[in-house]
Amino acid sequence: MNEELKEIYQQVILDHNKSPRNFRKIDPSTHSSEGLNPLCGDHVFIYLDIQDGVIADISFDGNGCAISKSSASIMTAELKGKTVEEAEIIFNQFHDMVTGKLTDEEEIENLGKLSVFQGVRDFPVRVKCASLAWHTMHAALHSETVVTTE
Amino acid sequence: MTEEINRAAYSHFDPELFRKDFPVLHQNIHGKPLVYLDNAATTQKPQVVIDTIAEYYKGYNSNIHRGVHQLSQKATDEYEKARVKIQKFLNAPKSREIVLLRGTTEAINLVASSYGRKFIKSGDEIIISEMEHHSNIVPWQMLCEQTGAVLKVIPMNDLGELRMDEYKKLLTEKTKIVSVVHASNTLGTENPVEEITRLAHTVGAKVLIDGAQAVQHFKVDVQAIGCDFYAFSGHKLYGPTGIGVLWGREELLEVMPPYQGGGDMILSVTFDKTVYNEIPYKFEAGTPNIADTIALGTAIDYIESIGIDQISTYESELYLYAEETILPIDEVTLIGCAEKKGSVFSFKLKDVHPHDVGTIMDMEGVAIRTGHMCTQPVMKHFGVPALSRISIGLYNTKADIDRAAEGIKKVLEVFA
Repeated sequence: MNEELKEIYQQVILDHNKSPRNFRKIDPSTHSSEGLNPLCGDHVFIYLDIQDGVIADISFDGNGCAISKSSASIMTAELKGKTVEEAEIIFNQFHDMVTGKLTDEEEIENLGKLSVFQGVRDFPVRVKCASLAWHTMHAALHSETVVTTE
Repeated sequence: MTEEINRAAYSHFDPELFRKDFPVLHQNIHGKPLVYLDNAATTQKPQVVIDTIAEYYKGYNSNIHRGVHQLSQKATDEYEKARVKIQKFLNAPKSREIVLLRGTTEAINLVASSYGRKFIKSGDEIIISEMEHHSNIVPWQMLCEQTGAVLKVIPMNDLGELRMDEYKKLLTEKTKIVSVVHASNTLGTENPVEEITRLAHTVGAKVLIDGAQAVQHFKVDVQAIGCDFYAFSGHKLYGPTGIGVLWGREELLEVMPPYQGGGDMILSVTFDKTVYNEIPYKFEAGTPNIADTIALGTAIDYIESIGIDQISTYESELYLYAEETILPIDEVTLIGCAEKKGSVFSFKLKDVHPHDVGTIMDMEGVAIRTGHMCTQPVMKHFGVPALSRISIGLYNTKADIDRAAEGIKKVLEVFA
């Protein structure tokens, strides 16, 4: 595999694609939203259970490519237990990383597991795949029911 | 045609010779020589087509049908010559039946809104098929919403062939329009458009054939088909983007109202009354796409210099080679197995999403299409969110197919 390809299809990403975490519906949930990427057909639902400003539980289902599926999976793993304010901050940092705005190595490292998606910035058409779950989560927090990344 | 003649044609066909005519093919993508297999989306342009556009802008750019000066005369002549080339290419009876538009989509919209709004009433029925491109679905849905007409859909079988038995059941005296695709962009199926037309005419319905995926692959003769309208796009026929064609029977075009108002489509204008121009100008409001129309004429000359039958035979052989080469890969499932098909190889690759297939193949220098291909009902029929598609053009070679097969194996390596 060449370097660029290794960068985007890292083992962690392939692993989460194969066995996604929190791949289920939370019923009833306090917040939920549906995300669509009409261009490629990626389709994700995000469910949240928020108690006293803390994400007590978060899950997803739907279908999509390896990048979108693993991004949703890793996001749910990372956000569980965080406060809504923390989730907002991480959302912005993640967005800046995949769009190439966040370049500071140390800050990227602070994102922990999420940093596996930094290679996506070299594949502009795939940025939407990586960010779909995040936009959907963000929309759910703000009580929007459907979000599209077109 | 006998098999012997087919082989003879094939042996004279040298794609390497034609590859030289297409500048874009000679470049590296991610450090590897480009293999372009997304021809159903758009074809590349030969140098002669590119030159025609440059010659127009450098040598005789001017508006048509209005100036008395020499440049305008030359531009008008070349523009009208292109119309005649298109007429002959389709074997249409008259050049005044050739309407120059932006593409297939606009051609279908013109028929739906002009013919549709004048002749379609509440309760009338319009028949399309399950394998239509969105551009042959949405304009009819819009017409139905406006008029109260009802949309009926010919189903297909799991091979990706239209169910002609079901089609016959749909046809009644309520049927006013039948609009179907000649060759499917997703499945490669070549539909029996002569039979579809003949049956529609028995109940008095008008027939539109969407030829966007047909004219570049085999000979199209609108008189032999017997249809009433035929539409295609220049950019899938090795010509420029932004130019397309609607052929319509003279007697129908004559009674259809204009599609847009403006200059060039009128004979006289006063504030009391406007007299519309004759066909086809009635449907060509405003300054048309002059350069690209002339260049489409050049593209047709180019195709005819090779021979559409030669191209057809060669591409069929190459498609069979793709089946022989790619189908033995266990994880590949071919979608679209019609008895009569060609040039399109759409596939599922175990549980790998087509977008991952597309990215990895692109890294290998192989350009293919991935997604729903503007045929979401087809995706639904086969229970997939999206597909990967290899589509063949006249400049593709067996080596290209080999590179695609290697690319697919690379995807499997990553997703092992």
